[in-house]
Amino acid sequence: MTSPLYLGIALDGAGWHPSAWREPDARPADLFHLDYWVALVRAAEAAGIDLVTIEDSFGLQSTGFGGIDPRRDEVRGRLDALLLATAIAPHTSTIGLIPTITTTHTEPFHVATGVQTLDFVSDGRAGWRVQVSGRAHEAAHVGRRTLPALDPALVARGTDPAQTALLEDLFGEARDTVEVARRLWDSWEDDAVIRDVETGRFVDRDKLHYIDFVGDRFTVKGPSITPRPPQGQPLVYALAHQKVPYELAVAGADIVGITPHDDAHLVAILGQLDTAAQDVSRGADEPLRVWTEISVLIGETADAALATLDRLNATHGEPWTSDTVILADTAEAVAAQLLHWHSLGIDGVRLRPARLPDDLTAITERVVPLLRAAGVLDRPIGAATLRARLGFGRPESRYASPTAPAARATAAADSEADPAADSTVELDLTGSIR
Amino acid sequence: MTTTASTTIHPTAHPTARDAAGRPFRQVHLAAHFPGVNNTSVWSDGKAESQIAFSSFRHFAQNAERGKFDFLFLAEGLRLREQKGLIHDLDVVGRPNTLAILAGIAAVTEHIGLVGTLSSTFNEPYELARQLASLDLLSGGRAGWNIVTTSDAFHGENFRRGAFLDPKDRYVRAEEFVAVARALWDGWAPGAPAANKKTGEFLSADALTAVDHHGAQFDVSGFGTLPRSPQGHPVIVQAGDSADGRDFASANAEVIFSLHSEFEDGQRFFRDVKGRLPAVGRHPDSLKILPAATFILGDTAAEARERSREVALLQVSPQTAISFLEQLWGTDLGGYDPDGPLPEIDPVLADKGVARGRVRHVVDPVAVAKTWRGIAEAEGLSIRDLVIRFAAKHTFVGTPVQVAEQINRHVQEEASDGFVIVGHTNPTGLDEFVDRVIPELQERGVYRTEYEPGATLRDTLGLTP
Ligand SMILES: Cc1cc2nc3c(=O)[nH]c(=O)nc-3n(C[C@H](O)[C@H](O)[C@H](O)COP(=O)(O)O)c2cc1C
Repeated sequence: MTSPLYLGIALDGAGWHPSAWREPDARPADLFHLDYWVALVRAAEAAGIDLVTIEDSFGLQSTGFGGIDPRRDEVRGRLDALLLATAIAPHTSTIGLIPTITTTHTEPFHVATGVQTLDFVSDGRAGWRVQVSGRAHEAAHVGRRTLPALDPALVARGTDPAQTALLEDLFGEARDTVEVARRLWDSWEDDAVIRDVETGRFVDRDKLHYIDFVGDRFTVKGPSITPRPPQGQPLVYALAHQKVPYELAVAGADIVGITPHDDAHLVAILGQLDTAAQDVSRGADEPLRVWTEISVLIGETADAALATLDRLNATHGEPWTSDTVILADTAEAVAAQLLHWHSLGIDGVRLRPARLPDDLTAITERVVPLLRAAGVLDRPIGAATLRARLGFGRPESRYASPTAPAARATAAADSEADPAADSTVELDLTGSIR
Repeated sequence: MTTTASTTIHPTAHPTARDAAGRPFRQVHLAAHFPGVNNTSVWSDGKAESQIAFSSFRHFAQNAERGKFDFLFLAEGLRLREQKGLIHDLDVVGRPNTLAILAGIAAVTEHIGLVGTLSSTFNEPYELARQLASLDLLSGGRAGWNIVTTSDAFHGENFRRGAFLDPKDRYVRAEEFVAVARALWDGWAPGAPAANKKTGEFLSADALTAVDHHGAQFDVSGFGTLPRSPQGHPVIVQAGDSADGRDFASANAEVIFSLHSEFEDGQRFFRDVKGRLPAVGRHPDSLKILPAATFILGDTAAEARERSREVALLQVSPQTAISFLEQLWGTDLGGYDPDGPLPEIDPVLADKGVARGRVRHVVDPVAVAKTWRGIAEAEGLSIRDLVIRFAAKHTFVGTPVQVAEQINRHVQEEASDGFVIVGHTNPTGLDEFVDRVIPELQERGVYRTEYEPGATLRDTLGLTP
């Protein structure tokens, strides 16, 4: 059996093209209603899609990366993604639910318990797409810090020290937040609740752990107010485009989403991830999985897809741009691109439909059958949780094993004696580039 | 449904049932309190299910909705409780994130209000207002926010800013918090978004109003991200008891969750709070007072009293009896026999008690201890008996008819507008209340038999003018 190719759908508004909401089948008046989202996620679930992500941000959307823009001809406004995902959970039964949650202005403690609760409500289908907020107007919503405007072009060049410092600060905070969440998720051992009538104890307090996180930006005592969730560790997904975010992904994510523009770019990114793995120690149990991301507009023919894209761009008044490749083509071409990535060892793909529901429907009805025929959609049978479905194990709590503290102490002693032994956990790219 | 013949004190015709003077009866409002992390929740008798599995929340919520409750209520504590420096292990421990679980419950209910306890200290207005607006939209206008103001260092250790807030400013911050939240909830004009495919206007020109708030607690500027919910703003609930708390409630709250469930005390509190409303230009009916109430039912009054005693013994284990006393005494009483007399020593006075992470309602421990000792000596009560008397006293004990009539008396005679009903078994504790007490209230014409179609929580509470 070939290794599976995993599939995720990135849901946002009426789709990723700014004019998608004006398409005949779009439901822009329903974007703030639960039933709109339930219908989309159920369609994805029925087709065997592994997970959906839900976009979010700490303020109104705007074009590009600047401040609030005056455009009123695009979708503006979003429901809180965590709460939306949690409300979708009881209406679905097998699909993974991955809301986007910002780490920049939020409380790590609330973020952690929120994702834990999604995991309980969904019976083990929760994930979290980690996102930072580098927008000055979003910082003004909280008023506790002022951020210089983050300029992606300057950041990419890496020549502006202020921009680099900002990026490092935002992603450093995200790393700390992921670390806090992971410790809180482990802070109750699985068997902490004992209901021991004899001694009158509901919990064994020796199985509840302070996490005592101390960082530059915050400290968190713990334990969580919420017991350990069904998956133990809900899935962490990080979209990343450059060194600093790659380091976040290596440090704390289970899956990194990358945006290669061609094969050479893909190889370069994998190299950068390798380098990041040399520099950063990994805080998750298993090797980082690599997913690619792509925006898709699917037509009956390549010409029809391009014509639709042109029409949408004309409505928008300018071409739609994206951090990913935009593929406006047939279902066959999309399937071929995905299979190509699969042949290069990529673990999964997060597809961003240009239009909802049109391109989601095209994916579920036309792309998925092609992939199934190619034999890449076989999944672990009877996988009960999102982690299991994606081939991850269920980790023990880091605080659990009675032998663990001793083992840890030994490891620390070793590393003092031999600095070389203190090597970082290696990013298993050979595992993902099979 | 029970067919018990009730002594018809009040006519049964509804919904226009009237009293002797021809006035319509005051309507009873009820909230269902999810079993908390305290000794009221019995876990040791084999009936209690998971405190955290979604199935428990689903059962609890759907039963309360079957009973046409106004809303369900979730308490919150942002750190596990401790006693003598150790995590308290005698009661149920562990609960979900309040907002997230309410979003999950919204998906499995249709009519019932969803009220969560959320701190104005360890949250920021932009994010919390947005989350509450999301819950309100996802539930079709059924969200409520119980504002609490705990600001101590113990809870602060889990949050970015630690113990940043002077306790005397707790309601200053809460007040400013609500003002900012309301401005954000009003930020989108009614009817927005236009989402007009033809004209290409997703938002019309006057759709959004920016918030630009600069105060002692917050600097918040920008646009909200969500349309108005069907009820405009979530319902505001308050649960503090100080003079500041009552002032805050009379200015801001639409429901008070109080501890004043005794009849005369309830009437005093009712008069005090409702008396504050005209001064702030509010009608007395615009603020509902709902004290917490526990209940025990029996086929006869004697059977109910017997069950009350059995449940109390489960709520106050020997270990819990000692632990309860330690909270007042402020010191280790591990050497005392729960079945023996009260300690002869006086409580230790310290600014910090042995118990942390729970709401403290006692003002003068030495005086209280003296009173307790007096009662115990006079009546020959052991430590455990006495603790049962104070910590496991059940508000309403009797037959379904008796309980319904007591509840109704409180409401008709203005000791409350209804109650927050607290069961002792998770999640089935209110099942029998719905089966047996609700029909009695309905028969008296003082409680709804159906929800109004499409009603928001504010409508259901009778708060809409
Ligand atoms: C009936 C009642 C229930 C309360 N429930 C909670 C709760 O669930 N979580 C919490 O943090 N505080 C809770 N509190 C604390 C209060 O909301 C308030 O923050 C605290 O009592 C300080 O305010 P005060 O001095 O006005 O009483 C409760 C208080 C009362 C009276």
